[in-house]
Amino acid sequence: MSLFNRQYSMLPGFGLAFGVSLFWLGLIVILPFAALIVSTAGMGFTAFAHTLADSRVLASIRLSFASSFYAALINAAFGLLVAWVLVRYPFPGRRLFDAMIDLPFALPTAVAGIALTSLYAPSGLIGQWLDPLGVKVAFAPLGIVVALTFIGLPFVVRTVEPVLQGLERELEEAASCLGASRWQIVFRVVLPALLPSLLTGVALAFARGAGEYGSVIFIAGNIPRVSEIAPLIIVAKLDQYDLHGATAVAVVMLGISFICLLLINGLQWRVARRQGAGR
Amino acid sequence: MRAFSLPPTAEGRATRWLLTAVAVLFLTLFLLLPLFVVFQQALAQGLGLYWAALADNDALDAIKLTLLATAVALPLNLVFGVCAAWCIARFEFRGKSLLSTLIDLPFSVSPVVAGLMYVLLFGVHSPLGGWLEAHGVKVVFAVSGIVLASVFVTFPFVARELIPLMQSQGAEEEQAALVLGASGWQTFLRVTLPNVKWGLLYGVILTNARAMGEFGAVSVVSGHIRGETITLPLHIEILYNEYNFVGAFACASLLTLLALLTLVAKTLVEWRQARAAARALHETQDRRTQAMIHLNQESA
Amino acid sequence: MSIEVRQLSKRFGDFVALDQVDLRVDDGELLALLGPSGCGKTTLLRMIAGLDRPDAGQILFAGQDATTRHVSERQVGFVFQHYALFRHMTVFDNVAFGLSVKPRATRPGKAEIRDRVMSLLKLVQLDWLAGAYPAQLSGGQRQRVALARSLAVEPKVLLLDEPFGALDAKVRKDLRRWLRDLHDQIHLTSVFVTHDQEEALEVSDRVVVMNHGRIEQVGAPDDIYENPASPFVTHFLGDVNLFHGRVEAGSLTIGPFAHAVHGLDDAERAVAYVRPHDLDITWVADGALAQGRVAHIHAVGPLVRLELQRDDGAAIEVALPKERYRELGITPGDVVYVKPRKLAVFPGGADYAI
Repeated sequence: MSLFNRQYSMLPGFGLAFGVSLFWLGLIVILPFAALIVSTAGMGFTAFAHTLADSRVLASIRLSFASSFYAALINAAFGLLVAWVLVRYPFPGRRLFDAMIDLPFALPTAVAGIALTSLYAPSGLIGQWLDPLGVKVAFAPLGIVVALTFIGLPFVVRTVEPVLQGLERELEEAASCLGASRWQIVFRVVLPALLPSLLTGVALAFARGAGEYGSVIFIAGNIPRVSEIAPLIIVAKLDQYDLHGATAVAVVMLGISFICLLLINGLQWRVARRQGAGR
Repeated sequence: MRAFSLPPTAEGRATRWLLTAVAVLFLTLFLLLPLFVVFQQALAQGLGLYWAALADNDALDAIKLTLLATAVALPLNLVFGVCAAWCIARFEFRGKSLLSTLIDLPFSVSPVVAGLMYVLLFGVHSPLGGWLEAHGVKVVFAVSGIVLASVFVTFPFVARELIPLMQSQGAEEEQAALVLGASGWQTFLRVTLPNVKWGLLYGVILTNARAMGEFGAVSVVSGHIRGETITLPLHIEILYNEYNFVGAFACASLLTLLALLTLVAKTLVEWRQARAAARALHETQDRRTQAMIHLNQESA
Repeated sequence: MSIEVRQLSKRFGDFVALDQVDLRVDDGELLALLGPSGCGKTTLLRMIAGLDRPDAGQILFAGQDATTRHVSERQVGFVFQHYALFRHMTVFDNVAFGLSVKPRATRPGKAEIRDRVMSLLKLVQLDWLAGAYPAQLSGGQRQRVALARSLAVEPKVLLLDEPFGALDAKVRKDLRRWLRDLHDQIHLTSVFVTHDQEEALEVSDRVVVMNHGRIEQVGAPDDIYENPASPFVTHFLGDVNLFHGRVEAGSLTIGPFAHAVHGLDDAERAVAYVRPHDLDITWVADGALAQGRVAHIHAVGPLVRLELQRDDGAAIEVALPKERYRELGITPGDVVYVKPRKLAVFPGGADYAI
């Protein structure tokens, strides 16, 4: 392992641990990715373009990313608010709510999907109040946003929370001594300090939401060109043994996710650099 | 927390109350209600039908398969996670950040795309899949595919928990053990492992929860063969699509209980760590007092 | 056991941590490695322990090559700067660790381990804390546990990395006296690293002064302090005044001042280094090294520190015994002359910057 192990360390076990890691990584992650790349390279441009020219496919991709974007925006606002309240305001049941934040991580997506559907269906606990108002959530694009908001919430709260906890109270006291009002302090001192972590959390929620399947397909209704998400198109194409079509959609989704993450990373980097946080 | 005078760095009582109310309402709407509705629907037609839904043969098969897939995926990813953390947190080598990025990759891939990749790799149309098929090994639309998909989606959890923890602890204790003559395994078992046990436990809990609940990736490679490749989440989907809501929610309630247990375990792990820190502080004060007494006795 | 280091070199990327270092540590001595941070002293210590591997050179234990011997076979005791106590074990288990990981054939019995651990804890005066966890101890207590732990395996050599670095001033002083006593008791070959010259001079038998990966000087504390071998050592061991002049016909001349120096070739530029307490003050210019106006007087304690301002703006620091100060009757603003009792001359012009 001298090829990789540049610096001598007297700790043993690098060779064994590195070998096991590399083997497992190769088998579980790299090999399947290679299969995707090989398969994409082998299908030819016409087959690729043919799949993507389908307006139903295009609509589904647009829907997946747009719903995920709106859900991420909702989470940016409410996730920040929740993190703020959980860190700053003691209230009865705070610990319970704090522990519950991770529920969307822990709850299987299919369970979340059927639970949200039954809540927001026209006869459901919440749906029965919204239906007379003409607001249709389940079996409509709005339902997708609701499901993705549920899925993305912990990403935002859990990235903002520790930063908010670590924020020095002195910073705010200093601003207060300088004559700033409470709202000025919040918007000009606290929020800018939270911005990088908020962006990270929103980016994570967005990335997760765009590829989400289990929690969405039940509530979406899956109406072609209206509430049909891209992962469902992949599944549908697989069911018809259209491997090329499924691969094309998957590659486009991965590509868009990758570009979005790059953009967000760049933005984050700029924000962090401007604030002089060399971390 | 009743403040006699409001500190300058706090909001007014009305603002606090309003913000708290909005946050609690939001969390209730998005977290508590879905939780509530699972049990409400499962028990909507009485306990008898609930039990019947769980005792159903298909349900039991699904539970068995889910447990099997998890039982295979969990130890494999545990060993991998520990190995990867040992490399990344304890050594400097070329390609370390690349390795770290690759470990995180499964997090950023849609589960459906993950399933697709396995179909492409092991499907009958692929060279590898064809060769395996000729030798009597079936991966796609078979149990082994479900296990692989479960491994993929839970791949990073243990390593992600361990790496930051081990990095923050540093390697000095291990170095000290080696200087004292301990072998590599002795050092690992008696120094490294006890120091990371809680992080490791949490990683295992997360892996377990995700492996049992995975839907998208498993759905793609499963082929939905009744009694053979149906895991519990897939079984829920089938029941739901057949309008058997009690059955679907009864099975869902099992997974929900698992999720709640996961949250409890996480809270306990965190609470334990916080308490250990607090106790250490408290006992330090005790020891100080004891030390004073000790000194007094000596001087007397 | 004696230790010998031959031509040891180590680079970290572009940074040269050790540059062909030769050193001998005699059996039973207490040696200090002294130098500023980044001088290579810790690297040298870690290489002797086997925690780092040299790029080139040899390390010999009792005359035998140990360069490639694994750390767990070197039989060294190593005390880490931040103690590296096992946080999940009690003090007792920490000290017992080295004994309990021995192969079954050579591992002592439970009762014997217990006796040895308790007697070591008595030695470091911590037997009453055997059941405590590291997090419950003070810094000085942790340091002593770390020491007891390293002694438990009966090492042939004891290596200590900045042993008092993380402690506050009072504990530091107590602990270093205690370490010296302990060494006189057990006579184990010991090497410790420090950046504090007072600590090195007070505790050790011999001091090795290092800079930029090289050894500047090796010698007894007194010898090093009185006869520094280089401007760096002079600077590093304490406050010093600089006087620029030149060497002519075996004599240092600075203006009218002349001082015989031996073994130095003629040089256009030379610097005389004089410690504040090696300067005396007179009212007469005869035989004086320099002249200055008294700017400040700090008269607290047995030594009176005077700060003189020269015509060119440079400052001279003088430390006088209180009686001498009273005898002279100096007040701020007086113009006085300084005379060296002892000076070190090094050829070369530029001031040595640490």
